[in-house]
Amino acid sequence: MTLEIDDQTLKAIHAHGEEAYPEEGAGFLLGKSDPGRRRVVSILGLTNAREDAARHNRYLLTAADYLKGELEADRQGLELLGIFHSHPDHPNRPSEFDREWAMPWFSYIITSVHHGQAVESLSWRLSDDRAAFVEEIIQVISHQ
Amino acid sequence: MPALKIPTPLRTYTNGLAEVLVQGVTVGDAMQSLVAQFPTMRQYLYNGEGQLRPFVNLFVGENNIKDLQGLETPLSDGDKLLLIPSIAGGCDA
Repeated sequence: MTLEIDDQTLKAIHAHGEEAYPEEGAGFLLGKSDPGRRRVVSILGLTNAREDAARHNRYLLTAADYLKGELEADRQGLELLGIFHSHPDHPNRPSEFDREWAMPWFSYIITSVHHGQAVESLSWRLSDDRAAFVEEIIQVISHQ
Repeated sequence: MPALKIPTPLRTYTNGLAEVLVQGVTVGDAMQSLVAQFPTMRQYLYNGEGQLRPFVNLFVGENNIKDLQGLETPLSDGDKLLLIPSIAGGCDA
């Protein structure tokens, strides 16, 4: 599995995580998918809807946020491909909580943000039996 | 029959259908009708105790069933039921 993303969009994801630091930031990945190929074209950064005390290690996008994401994807002629979120001062690997709440099919980009600086992003997909996340390779496309 | 709108990540289990016609006179019936038609959906919608997973939100029109009668909320022919996920996660800390 490979997730293509252009470098500017990946930078925007990193910037969103840095702006949210020390809290978690999150939003939707918008793009196009074909069998065997998935490309992120843009993002929709959103406000973390969790309560103040939990935003350092939890994020929530509400049902209203989801509808906003679907409408924005429709407006751009794209699909919702997944979610991006940051892990402040923690590794960019999915937690058990991430897995419990994960949707099938979606790509989950997780960015580690250390001391306010985005370090690295990895992308994950839930396995068919929901038992684990499987990493998908991020292929960064240089913006021309 | 009521129609149930399917969110993008679950359409892979409805053969790509964005909307599914369901049978029943309550929201609970409609959900059972959905999983009867598409059995692989069950594991994504229900936990091991048979309860809807926490990310599942159901709206009849613009009204969340939590503000109505929950899964006992009545449905009529032509009603539109929306399945809308909320998305959550976070690091171990």
